[in-house]
Amino acid sequence: MNASIGALLLAARKLLTALVQLLVVATLIFSVMYIMPGDPVLLLLGADSNPSPEAIASMRSQLGLDQPVVSQYFVWLWNALHLDFGKSLTNGYPVANYVMQNLPRTLELAFAAIVIATLIGVPLGIAAALKRGSMRDTVLTSLATIGISVPVYIMGTLLVLFFSLKLGWLPASGYTDISRNALEHFRKLALPALALGFGLAASIARMTRSSMLEILGRDFVRALRAKGMSERRIIWQHVLRNAAIPIVTIIGLQLGNLMGGTVLVEAMFNWPGLSTLLVGAVSARNYPLVQGAMLAIAAAFILINLVVELLYSLLDPRIRRKRS
Amino acid sequence: MLEVRNLSIAFKTNTGLKSAVRNIDFTIRPGEILGLVGESGSGKTITSLGVMGLLPPNAVVTGGEVLVDGIDILKLPPAELRKLRGSHIAMIFQDPIASLDPIFTCGDQIIEAILLHDPIGRANARRKARDLLEKVLIPDPDRAMRAYPHELSGGQCQRIMIAMAVACRPRIIIADEPTTALDVTVQKQVLDLLRELNGEVGAAILLITHDLGVIYEVADRVVVMYAGDKMEEATTADLFAAPRNDYSRALIDSMPSLGRDAERLPVIERDSSGKVRSVRPEPRPRPASSGPIPAAGDRPLLEIRDLCKSYWVKPSPLAMPVEMRAVDRVSLSIAPRTTLGLVGESGCGKSTLSRAVIRLYKPDSGQIFFKGKDIAGLSEKEMRPFRREIAMVFQNPYGSLNPRQTVAQIVEAPMVIFADGDASKRQGRIRSLLEAVGLPATAAQKYPHEFSGGQRQRIAIARALALNPSLVICDEAVSALDVSVQAQVLNLLKDLQAEFDLTYLFISHDLSVVEHVSDTVAVMQKGRIVEYGPAAEIFGNPKEPYTRILLDAVPTVGSLRGGKEGA
Repeated sequence: MNASIGALLLAARKLLTALVQLLVVATLIFSVMYIMPGDPVLLLLGADSNPSPEAIASMRSQLGLDQPVVSQYFVWLWNALHLDFGKSLTNGYPVANYVMQNLPRTLELAFAAIVIATLIGVPLGIAAALKRGSMRDTVLTSLATIGISVPVYIMGTLLVLFFSLKLGWLPASGYTDISRNALEHFRKLALPALALGFGLAASIARMTRSSMLEILGRDFVRALRAKGMSERRIIWQHVLRNAAIPIVTIIGLQLGNLMGGTVLVEAMFNWPGLSTLLVGAVSARNYPLVQGAMLAIAAAFILINLVVELLYSLLDPRIRRKRS
Repeated sequence: MLEVRNLSIAFKTNTGLKSAVRNIDFTIRPGEILGLVGESGSGKTITSLGVMGLLPPNAVVTGGEVLVDGIDILKLPPAELRKLRGSHIAMIFQDPIASLDPIFTCGDQIIEAILLHDPIGRANARRKARDLLEKVLIPDPDRAMRAYPHELSGGQCQRIMIAMAVACRPRIIIADEPTTALDVTVQKQVLDLLRELNGEVGAAILLITHDLGVIYEVADRVVVMYAGDKMEEATTADLFAAPRNDYSRALIDSMPSLGRDAERLPVIERDSSGKVRSVRPEPRPRPASSGPIPAAGDRPLLEIRDLCKSYWVKPSPLAMPVEMRAVDRVSLSIAPRTTLGLVGESGCGKSTLSRAVIRLYKPDSGQIFFKGKDIAGLSEKEMRPFRREIAMVFQNPYGSLNPRQTVAQIVEAPMVIFADGDASKRQGRIRSLLEAVGLPATAAQKYPHEFSGGQRQRIAIARALALNPSLVICDEAVSALDVSVQAQVLNLLKDLQAEFDLTYLFISHDLSVVEHVSDTVAVMQKGRIVEYGPAAEIFGNPKEPYTRILLDAVPTVGSLRGGKEGA
């Protein structure tokens, strides 16, 4: 059978799985909001003002909450499919607008952090693996352990202390839209991205090191040496490519986790991303906004995982075609 | 021409250098095949890595010379040595699939090997690679060029490795256990190919193996190694006709060989002065406590009728799953206190069959009568009383013992599971089991890693016997062991059979071992039993062509069947 057809089919199956995952998550999000205590109608009308039963009933039907749960669910799902997540309960703006505005900011921060983490982590991991057991390995591995254990807000504080307060190179916090001032935008992105990236770099470095060591111990590496190939070529052409799958996995997982995991950094650096939006919406019991933001985070997570899984089959022919 | 002079290699340890190989000498002339034979730990692989300049970082050459066409490669700078590797000295490894990079096609890897030493351009290299594949007689060379290693069989991968090794017409080829991971029929093809190709390439071949049969078939001369020392060097004919060294003689004796039936295998022992000798131990007498030998009933202990077990495999992501019959209408029976040898090549379904008998898998159809009761369809709960009666010994004694448990805990485990006796009774049972398998009582408090492979297999056997089973399934139970250790364990199994009235289902790919232990033999091919009968009949007068192919492929020492003249 043609290999490329097989690969396409595999991709189609993965895509289908991703869609099913998304549906399950959407259902979960809907039901969690339904089960949660607190009546949005009372909240909306202001519980202190003792609204009349008529007012409550009319608000209920206005929000569609008087319909049976099942039909509420399908209406919600149908609307969500058209990127309509309802209106914010606090000011009536469409939730989709909020999500569309804040999602790219979180995505940008997460990607910047993961790029930094990869650029630092992978070379460090390679360096440690190649000198296993040496002083260099010990130092790098210990640094990585420290890197993993330092909480992101401590790392953030240290970075602010050093780069903005002491050296004055970068702004301590805030957000400037890229269309207004691109340079300022990236200057403000730098510190939050670094704060996130350092911790992630540590775990990427550790994964790279152990994955490299595992491959270096394989028989085929010895066979390549016996062929007379130079050590450098063995590392770059063979070992690294074989070692890539766990590394790509951990990078993908971390990127996915960052979708909801930027919350501390967003708060610390005043970065108006999706997490900030979600936290605000939860404390205000702004249900449609919470649902919309959660769905956006979940969708981004699932999409990233899909891309990672498709990358696997590019990296490893054994996943691409199983013929045996 | 390869000359190794007084080569000594040592391992660096915390307490200083520990000698691994001492003063090894040998010479291989172009076109000649020198066999280097020895058991694990004899230093044969470390010698070969020393010759390649590929010693692991914790090993050092402490003396001697390795002369390749007169140049001492131990004195060459690393870059010069690297140029010799692959072009002048090529190597073939034990596990061919693992020795190829899994994410590149086989074609690309051969091309890479050619271009490393011979910059003839990619298109020319591709043509050359394809020619080489034709030369190593791979079926469908074009497909093999495109295939990834996992898409080919072990034998095909070894042909790829050989193609790569001869690509640059090396002067020396080192083959380290090149056929150990392969089936016996494939082994024969690969050895024939290696010998034929060498007629053309004219390299000096160093063939490292633990298998005396392989040496007998292809080597011109033999070096026997034991514990880092060279024991003997002789022409193959001389070695097998009249070994001069005690160890060589003991090694040859302890190997079960087709057509040389012996009730007991001689084992290698060291006496108090450290001298090696071959001893043929007497069978242990049946202890009085075992009671009289039960009358031989006519009912078999285990009877399998029309057993089927299929797997559903997808040939590709698109295709519908297809049925793969791992066990196809198998019927067998084993009389009490006898041994049924089940032989076949890898993938023939013999392990699936054994796992169905022990009901790790539920068979699709057919019956398994154990002591007259059909256990094929029993539920897990109904099966439980039968589980005490059937025990299993696995191939890998390193993987089948929990490294975090003491030997006592390991042997006790089945008794704990079945709540058999109280603690003190169990301790007594552990002691008597360890004694029965020939381990000292002090072994009970130790952990598996403190034992050698053969001793670990004894622990596994003690565990199998803990509940007094009547049927023991040995799945390649001696395949991972050295020849002399294998002889000890085979003798032990025979003693235990007499002592505990055991019935064995003995699964092996090794026909000589099966001939040695079995009363009846079943030959399995592609899920079916192709021939089944008394051992003497099957080995003496095989009727099925497949059985004959299998028997012919076994390298045999001292018999005309091997087809080597002048022995």
